[in-house]
Amino acid sequence: MTGAIASAELSYELVVNGRHHDVNGALAGESLLYVLRNRLGLPGSKNACEQGECGSCSVLVDGVLVCACLVLAATAVGREIVTVEGLAGPGELSDVQEAFVENGAVQCGFCTPGLVVAVHDLLGRLPDPSELEIREAISGNLCRCTGYGRILAAIDEVRRRRLGELP
Amino acid sequence: MASSVTLLGHAVERSEDPPLLTGSARFVADLDRPGMLHAVFVRSQVAHGLLRSVEVAEAAAMPGVVAVFTASDLPLADLPEWPRGEPPRAELGRPCLARERVRFVGEAVAVVVGSTLSAAVDAAEAVTVDIEPLPTVLDPLDALAERAPLLFPEHGSNEVLRQLTGAAGALDGSEVVVRGHFYNQRVAPCPLEPNGAAAWPAAGGRLDCFASTQAPFRLRAAIALALGRPEETVRVVAPAVGGGFGAKGGVYPEQLVTAALAERLGQPVRFVETRSENMLAMCHGRGQVQEVALGARRDGTIVGLEATMVTEMGAYCWRGPVPFSTSRIMATGPYRIPKLSLTSIGAVTNTTPIGPYRGAGRPEATAMLERMIELLAAELDLDSVEVRRRNLLAPSEFPYAAPSGASYDSGDYSAALAKALALLGYEQVRAEQADRRQSSCATELGVGIATFVEISGSGSEYGAVRVEPGGSVVVLTGSSPHGQGLATTLTQIAAGMLKVPISTVSVVHSDTALVPRGVGTFGSRSGQLAGNAVAHAVEEVLEKARELAAVELEADPDDVVQLEDGSFAVAGVPSISLGLAELARRAGGPIGAEWDFAQESGTYPFGTHIAVVEVDTETGKVELRRLVAVDDCGRVVNPKIVAGQVHGGVAQGIAQALFEAVRYDESGNPLTTNLADYAFPSAAEMPAFELGETETPSPRNPLGMKGIGESGAVGAAAAVQNAVVDALSPYGVLHLDMPADPERVWRAVHEGRRDGQDPFSSSS
Repeated sequence: MTGAIASAELSYELVVNGRHHDVNGALAGESLLYVLRNRLGLPGSKNACEQGECGSCSVLVDGVLVCACLVLAATAVGREIVTVEGLAGPGELSDVQEAFVENGAVQCGFCTPGLVVAVHDLLGRLPDPSELEIREAISGNLCRCTGYGRILAAIDEVRRRRLGELP
Repeated sequence: MASSVTLLGHAVERSEDPPLLTGSARFVADLDRPGMLHAVFVRSQVAHGLLRSVEVAEAAAMPGVVAVFTASDLPLADLPEWPRGEPPRAELGRPCLARERVRFVGEAVAVVVGSTLSAAVDAAEAVTVDIEPLPTVLDPLDALAERAPLLFPEHGSNEVLRQLTGAAGALDGSEVVVRGHFYNQRVAPCPLEPNGAAAWPAAGGRLDCFASTQAPFRLRAAIALALGRPEETVRVVAPAVGGGFGAKGGVYPEQLVTAALAERLGQPVRFVETRSENMLAMCHGRGQVQEVALGARRDGTIVGLEATMVTEMGAYCWRGPVPFSTSRIMATGPYRIPKLSLTSIGAVTNTTPIGPYRGAGRPEATAMLERMIELLAAELDLDSVEVRRRNLLAPSEFPYAAPSGASYDSGDYSAALAKALALLGYEQVRAEQADRRQSSCATELGVGIATFVEISGSGSEYGAVRVEPGGSVVVLTGSSPHGQGLATTLTQIAAGMLKVPISTVSVVHSDTALVPRGVGTFGSRSGQLAGNAVAHAVEEVLEKARELAAVELEADPDDVVQLEDGSFAVAGVPSISLGLAELARRAGGPIGAEWDFAQESGTYPFGTHIAVVEVDTETGKVELRRLVAVDDCGRVVNPKIVAGQVHGGVAQGIAQALFEAVRYDESGNPLTTNLADYAFPSAAEMPAFELGETETPSPRNPLGMKGIGESGAVGAAAAVQNAVVDALSPYGVLHLDMPADPERVWRAVHEGRRDGQDPFSSSS
């Protein structure tokens, strides 16, 4: 990218969690994560590695799970973006979020928003994943606190609940 | 919902979780203020050198740049040598911004403040740092050698700490002596949230600082000292903190600089590390060379231990003394080792400073002992379980005065061992192993045991409880939780003892403006110290309530009892009772009490962890098949929270045993500076853990609690390491340093090391 393009200011519109947001005076090189956090006031997605290794910034773009740190915000124009803030209504928890509470799957909570988005993506695509598929699906979401065991238990609980195996 | 003392011991759901799950919790990087400026540090790219000049003019003239500071424009007192020597050794201080000399790659040299983050990042690139390189020293043993390059020439040596424990002759009377030379490798704490701080001038001349810290009161004291302000003019808040593991328990130069910038510029300033900066600037953990000899009689009874532990300090004697001293205190572990001769040395090198990381000296001591037990068992041709049984302290021996000076409180170490063996099905696994060895299978099976004791809960902690006339209960704690669920634990203690619904209790913490004093969360201290402080405060509240009720009910206080519903009545007349809130209303204000709780000395959690691994001898890959962890942390308030702590600690222990190592090239350039190069394990690498527990209350606090924050990392690493060595024992392998990554394992298989020396040991 040449300096001229990099420093050019752009204005565009993003649709995040069903709401239209105007983005004004952004640089072309700004990541979706930066724009969500710093321009749109949606800091739920976390920045923990800025290179797509940790998954803390996981969001859905047109239903595809991405690391928001690796997506240029300007390329997400016209797409449906879903962040952790859009998984449940105000004051509510989604079934995945509830299962995380019940199973003790949250500790410091910094990886949690990205993980929750990734789990919604997994169970949306694969209603009945095997343990291996679950481990693979969340292997892009690093957690330092939990050792993953309680997270796997939470995912399994949502899986069974959605399949009607649990009340 | 249960609302009585039966709350203790129940897996109450964490009240902390919903804001974290929905993204509404606020971490430092999420805090915004109008006019927020952004600080970016210029860091040394040279491991050791003389700082000739720092040219900032070009950077300062760039658009969006507010200011650029070096040590000379932003004079701040050095972070003192710690623990402070007597007399203080000023030459060992750690500067906030480097002066004259740089000592590790990543050391802050200058700071750029921009109106936007990108402006500050760009300008930081334009600062020219002229460093005349000096010879580097990276290995702690090299650092101690004669004619080694000196990091602090005024000090005259790279040895900054030395302590002798016990006396010579520890091996006298031994019939057999086994020896080991181990390196407990340097690892990176890697909390998901890197370090960060934000500060701004507040009303009344106060400076408000928000930091990702485990110890706000400690940071407040340091900021006040650095800026020459009274402590009451500084407020420190730890907002949501994304993990610390000990690494956020100390004061960092970048935090003090951020506070100084806000004061100097009179505007809000925020600093947040990138991950690459975090891998350089946040302390590393472990890093200890061990030269060990264990003497025993032929029946396996230990006679004495002789050891030298050389703990890396990294570039400064800053927080490395924590693992230095804890590994010394725990040097004889759970065993009856009558004689100890220990030399503990701290050495500075041109690497990131070492600090406490989950376990902080305990895992080093445990790995050392558990490897030695295995070597002794191999030498005597005994099952190592039998060697452990013969030497573990018995319940009747407590309180036990260890040769290091530690005073163990209580324990039944053999019971934890027996429970873990039963959970595993030890005999069956050994039988499977024997079958495997009979076959020509290239995948070997290994079983590794670690029996351990660790130390928790030193110092004191503040707690307060207030019952409001409206019925709400406010708990204050001086601790500063950051993921442990302490607010839920304290809620259970307060609600249980007050016999009120947990929904009425709120916990205030991590804000020096709202809590009068405190320490913080580290060293597995908060549950027991903050918990007992709150319990004491509750007892006082109950006593005050009883007296109030006695007046209202026109009875003698001794005749007033608390009923199961939490209200107070005259004994035998439960029909006329007064609730806590009603008593507060009648008293015209809240009923409150506060307490600073300290215990006579630490408490000593213990347990046994057992790992089963499969090692592919053709590729060197280790597969962890099972991990059994039996832990004893005394009385448990919330089993779900305790299990979570074990899970996390065990995972970090496994990570050290199999995957992680901080690496440098020969010039001191770090090679593991992001989460791609540093082998941070994912869900794909972790097995399911099998947990068990025994419960031996501590006599040192009324609730009988011990810490559980670190045990997982203490036991699991040694268990997995032992399992890998066990798997390779048919190849004559007697020892393998961590991490047991495929290359190291493959080499061990193919080189058949029979001398107890690790093929990779940095100092063999």
